[in-house]
Amino acid sequence: MISRRWLLGLPLGVATLGGVAFWRMLGGMRQGTFDPRGLPSALIGKTVPDFDLPAQLPSAQGFSNADLHQAAAEHPLLLNFFASWCVPCIEEHDQLMALRGGGLPIWGIAYKDQPGAAADFIQRHGNPYQRIAADAPGRVAIDFGLYGVPESYLLDRTGIVRWRWAGAITADVASRQLQPLLQHYA
Amino acid sequence: MIPELGHFALALACVIAAAQAVLPIWGAWRGDARLMRAAPALAVGQLLALLAAAGALVWSSVVSDFTVLNVVQNSAAAKPLLYKITGTWGNHEGSILLWALILALCGGAVAGFGGNLPSALRARVIGVLGGTSCGFLFFALITSNPFLRVWPPPADGQGMNPLLQDPGLAFHPPILYAGYVGFAVPFAFAVAALIEGRVDAAWGRWVRPWALTSWCLLTCGIALGSWWAYYELGWGGYWFWDPVENASLMPWLTGTALLHSAIVVEKREALKVWTVLLAIGTFSLSLSGTFLVRSGILNSVHSFANDPARGVFILALLALVIGGSLLLFLIRGPALASGGMFAPLSREGALVLNNVLLCAICAVVVTGTMFPLFAELLAGAKISVGAPFFNATVLPLAIPVFAAMAVGPMLAWKRATLWPALQRLWVGALVALAVGLFSVVRWKLLPGLAFGASAWLVLGAVADIGQRIRFGAIGLGASLGRLGGLRRSAFGTAIAHAGMGVTIAGIAGMSLASNSIVLLHPGESTHLAGYTWQLDALEDGSGPNYSARIATISLLEKNGDTRAILRPSRRFFPLQQQTTTDVAIRTTGFVDIYAVLGEERDGGAVLRLHYNPLAPWIWIGALIMAAGGALSLSDRRLRVGAPARQKAATVTA
Repeated sequence: MISRRWLLGLPLGVATLGGVAFWRMLGGMRQGTFDPRGLPSALIGKTVPDFDLPAQLPSAQGFSNADLHQAAAEHPLLLNFFASWCVPCIEEHDQLMALRGGGLPIWGIAYKDQPGAAADFIQRHGNPYQRIAADAPGRVAIDFGLYGVPESYLLDRTGIVRWRWAGAITADVASRQLQPLLQHYA
Repeated sequence: MIPELGHFALALACVIAAAQAVLPIWGAWRGDARLMRAAPALAVGQLLALLAAAGALVWSSVVSDFTVLNVVQNSAAAKPLLYKITGTWGNHEGSILLWALILALCGGAVAGFGGNLPSALRARVIGVLGGTSCGFLFFALITSNPFLRVWPPPADGQGMNPLLQDPGLAFHPPILYAGYVGFAVPFAFAVAALIEGRVDAAWGRWVRPWALTSWCLLTCGIALGSWWAYYELGWGGYWFWDPVENASLMPWLTGTALLHSAIVVEKREALKVWTVLLAIGTFSLSLSGTFLVRSGILNSVHSFANDPARGVFILALLALVIGGSLLLFLIRGPALASGGMFAPLSREGALVLNNVLLCAICAVVVTGTMFPLFAELLAGAKISVGAPFFNATVLPLAIPVFAAMAVGPMLAWKRATLWPALQRLWVGALVALAVGLFSVVRWKLLPGLAFGASAWLVLGAVADIGQRIRFGAIGLGASLGRLGGLRRSAFGTAIAHAGMGVTIAGIAGMSLASNSIVLLHPGESTHLAGYTWQLDALEDGSGPNYSARIATISLLEKNGDTRAILRPSRRFFPLQQQTTTDVAIRTTGFVDIYAVLGEERDGGAVLRLHYNPLAPWIWIGALIMAAGGALSLSDRRLRVGAPARQKAATVTA
């Protein structure tokens, strides 16, 4: 009757295997290493597409991809798409301010935003950006394959995209994913 | 105040459920009749508490109490009253509450209708249901409490996803959940039987009505969901192999198998271990399906706000319920002595074949749904398993099921011969062959096979009834007399099998559907499926919480007569900044004419036009199936209740 016993244990075995796998998936989702919803960006390992955008605010300059490359050569930088109308961007903002305080240059692109609204946003929440360009028609966002706002790209010193994060950069994401990469590409 | 009462009622229900889990089972263990008698009272108490909680949530939503977070996130003052009520279960927290309420309803039903069960069995069944309830109520209280407050209250709520503002949503989730959760009762019976170490014919007879009820509800729920996707999402399809759809299909497949194998337990005392496993498996699949979606692991159009932290809690609960019952199955399974023997070719044999094939289809669906996840976990590969995989794997397994479905009910128990059964089916076989061949020549192979299978099933059901009333063998009058005396469950089987045939015909018809996407300016027209589709006008409209663009399309016959006028629209909901499409469908019962209004460009509009032959049959067939189940159920209730009722009659006499 040993074989019958094994047979009766089979469902439990299968369920246990499934359970362990889901446990690992959940763990992975928490750490950001497993993301069933994530779409891999086509830009990883490549340079950013060509663009030349005007300034969003009168106080700061706009920039092009060439400006971005030049700046990245000095220090890896974070390119952040945001909008004043986007609620997760407010959630992310504190984290961006903290990263800026830690010495990471952040360049912003305001996605489909009004100049006045963006200025209000910066005034109210603080400015983590070195430069802010305006992508009012959202064309550059299409070239980037933007999933939504906020979305961020990490460029290494050669100007190659090493990391992309769709959604707000939370403290968890910053410490678990961004910081190790920054140390690696510093 | 009312939300606090609701919150309290929810906590009270959790505590009662804990008592319901412990006391009756302990009582049954000790043979203490007093503790066992507490079971029905506790089950009813838990139900009342949850009714109060659900009532409180509906009340908060109806009066737009924006101090309740759940109402703020999912409702708005301008929302129509119907959706304020139905919206309470259109979100994660509310749907968990609905889920728990239906589970309590199951417990209450066992308490109410289970008077003829042995008291120890009833106590154990109610106890197992209580344990499950307790776990999920705890989950609701800790991670998904619908009664959390916000202060200060916002002026207005964020509103509901406009896609969900539809009468279909009013009925789809409650019915679907009733189907899912209803399988908790066969599950509880299985666990109770494992604790007792005994499964006999009586157990089979008690389990079957519960399994049948849940199956009918699940069938209706899946059909409603598919219909909702068809007319509300406006993609023109009825089934997308979306993980959430698959999650409802899996328990349906094993539940169908359970329904059939329970017959064998009841009639022949065979397949006991297998039936118990199916009962556990069906509920386990319902549970994992519903809750894996909530954890955010499964990627779907039915996205609930998800959260991995919630997922860990869910996983622990699933491990407890599923792992615990399967462990019990491992320990006590060998004690369930197998009974009646049967030849491979017999009614039992046909039912085993049905079980094996249904479970194989279920395994394929599970594989297709989970494979991308496992591939990413193990190999880090992003892959997507879509409709082609499911169509290619499910179809070869479904065809033998259809072939056997018509023959099975004609076979005798224990040992049968195939030839007499086939002799009675020769008319059906010939017609099915003719229909199939005609369709293959006229269209393609697959629709041909499906039309043939459909004719085979419908005619097989007719032949089954014909055989039972010995139509043609005895006089017409005598046959009609037998028809009147036939058990309702025999009709139920025939009707449900014929309903499957109708659904298959609908699916085959949809595979012949034609559609086109065109840019038309007002006054222009296009041709599709032998008709001229003319865009007459594009105008503005408005509703209670949306503004709309409406197109008027006339469908013209070849001779210029107007066949139908369609008015599809696009609605913009300013509060959610979301646009939805409102599909226009005209149906004749044989054909759906279906139009969707897309984007507008330079004064013209992009229109998506569909011509869907036999589309309504898909859902009509499902309703016929459920009706067959319900008919069979009404028979069963009478027979199960009959002896008790007779006794009562003699007492009063």
